[in-house]
Amino acid sequence: MRCSLSLLAAAMILAAPAAGLAQSPKFNVGTPLSQEEIRSFDFMIGPEGKELPPGSGTAKEGAAVFAKRCEVCHGKNGESGVLRRLVLGSPGKPYRGPFRAAEKDSVAYYPYATIAWDYINRAMPVPKPGSLTHDEVYAVVAFLLYRNGIIQETDVMDAKSLPKVEMPNRNGFVPAVPVYPPESKPSWW
Amino acid sequence: MDSNGSGRRRFLKHAAALAGVAAGAGVGAEWAARGQSAKSAEAKPEAQAKEAHDHRELSRRGARFSVDHITYYTPLQDYAGIITPASLHFVQYHASHFPDIDVQQHRLTIHGMVDRPLSFSMEDLLSFSMEDLKRLPSVTRIHFLECHANSSPQIHHAGNQNMGLPVQYVHGMTSCSEWTGVPLSVLLNEVGVQKEGTWLVSEGADPGKFSHTLPMAKAMEDVIVAYGQNGEPLRVEQGYPIRLLVPGWEAPFSVKYLRHIKVVDQPYHAWNEAMNHSVARPDIGGKARWYHFQFGPKSVITRPSAGLKIPGRGYVQITGLAWSGGGVVKKVDVSTDGGETWMEAKLQGPVVPRAHTRFTFDWAWDGNEAVLMSRCTDELGEVQPSRAELFKNWGFSEEESKKPQRSIHTNMMQPWKVARDGSITDAMFS
Repeated sequence: MRCSLSLLAAAMILAAPAAGLAQSPKFNVGTPLSQEEIRSFDFMIGPEGKELPPGSGTAKEGAAVFAKRCEVCHGKNGESGVLRRLVLGSPGKPYRGPFRAAEKDSVAYYPYATIAWDYINRAMPVPKPGSLTHDEVYAVVAFLLYRNGIIQETDVMDAKSLPKVEMPNRNGFVPAVPVYPPESKPSWW
Repeated sequence: MDSNGSGRRRFLKHAAALAGVAAGAGVGAEWAARGQSAKSAEAKPEAQAKEAHDHRELSRRGARFSVDHITYYTPLQDYAGIITPASLHFVQYHASHFPDIDVQQHRLTIHGMVDRPLSFSMEDLLSFSMEDLKRLPSVTRIHFLECHANSSPQIHHAGNQNMGLPVQYVHGMTSCSEWTGVPLSVLLNEVGVQKEGTWLVSEGADPGKFSHTLPMAKAMEDVIVAYGQNGEPLRVEQGYPIRLLVPGWEAPFSVKYLRHIKVVDQPYHAWNEAMNHSVARPDIGGKARWYHFQFGPKSVITRPSAGLKIPGRGYVQITGLAWSGGGVVKKVDVSTDGGETWMEAKLQGPVVPRAHTRFTFDWAWDGNEAVLMSRCTDELGEVQPSRAELFKNWGFSEEESKKPQRSIHTNMMQPWKVARDGSITDAMFS
């Protein structure tokens, strides 16, 4: 058995690139995952926000969370951060560029509002990532979108409304949708 | 495994202590040297900076700590051949401390647009006992890893206080190892990728759960779920127990502490790739490129280089490293007159795809001023550009190309100026 497995392994190495998306398992290792298990850890949020969990928050609620958990690095209202300045523009007046260096730190740069939820939920605050509740993440995102002039102070952010937020820099990236292999030559430019 | 695990933990505590000191010292980046005693780690930042800048301390991996980054630089000027010792491999880490992962508990999940979502224990993926060695097919390949921000003009611009740093700090975020692991294509075959699954997004078990998107075509081509580096288990700062290794591409694709892979139908624009690592360019109307994938042809003379001194006229062996995300290094040319004339250097074997390649050039120094440069040509026929050429391609004027902007994905040629007394300085912006 061991011998045949070894031969099979050798065959797999040769066959894998040519086989492409072959469908049948060859080694029968691994443990099946239930949908419930996947839901428990899957907070990788795509541009359409399909994975966003239940919960909600407003800019007003977010202001309190931000002052307590975020202000130490990002400054009052996110406008004077020693690490990253998250807010450009002001309520009602979104910043529309240019985005060269430090401007890229702002939420105004993001093409999708879902990126803010994903990143704050996974990585913030730096000393204790993952310590914000889902409601708090929605609230902080609402606060930052409001301070950047992108939504109203009373707008409620949740799994349905957040992906619909129209970001001012949505068309600031080339190509419009990333492609691989890249369209330009040479590819590394 | 046990003794290894405890060793990893000891290192972890040491690194965490250093990081804590730096974080406590304030937000500004502090320079320090890895391997110093706890006592010297408590020294003032100025003392740490002095020690780190003293590149005569051989075999030291210079470090830079800030609140949310831990960075180590490979001392390129000090080593020969093409393999970077694991202890000297560069690190660019986006969190305040390294994770302490229990290998018995760690699982890799693959889910999303697949027929059979699976969770793999580390025993499924690897075992260092002979009985289980062939549980899954493994491969071992030599590849470079390079930070997308390596060689940034920002770090060695003429107006930057860090100008004059040795090659370690300018280009030392590239390293080259022999990596061992399971081809990702083998695992993807086990879960059965659905036809809509054209991209995947992977996530680490580090505190910030670093995530990054990868095209499925590359994932099926040559990506490795690596558990070994240079014949030993991965070190903690390299992603122990497992990491992605995406050959030839910007290092952020090679997610460390790999925990989840999700098969999806579009790029997910994780903050680290689409926001932090995108760059605005005049050639596309000031908009930003979403992604860079592979590195272009690149090379740098590592000896002699800035901070070193040629002892006297006569024979000098010029040596350095060349590499390309496009495949094999085909040719390296060396100039001693700032690019006016070029001579072909010798390539020292082994020469393998997407790996550092050592080159040497025999030079007789006549005691006059000289400017040393190297230029890599890869198997695709692509040629390493000068600073002016690279920035012109991106739409910048000559004047703009000299500004200390936050550039990434740079592969321009590096000029080193030799003075009459043999001392060498960075001539990138002079």
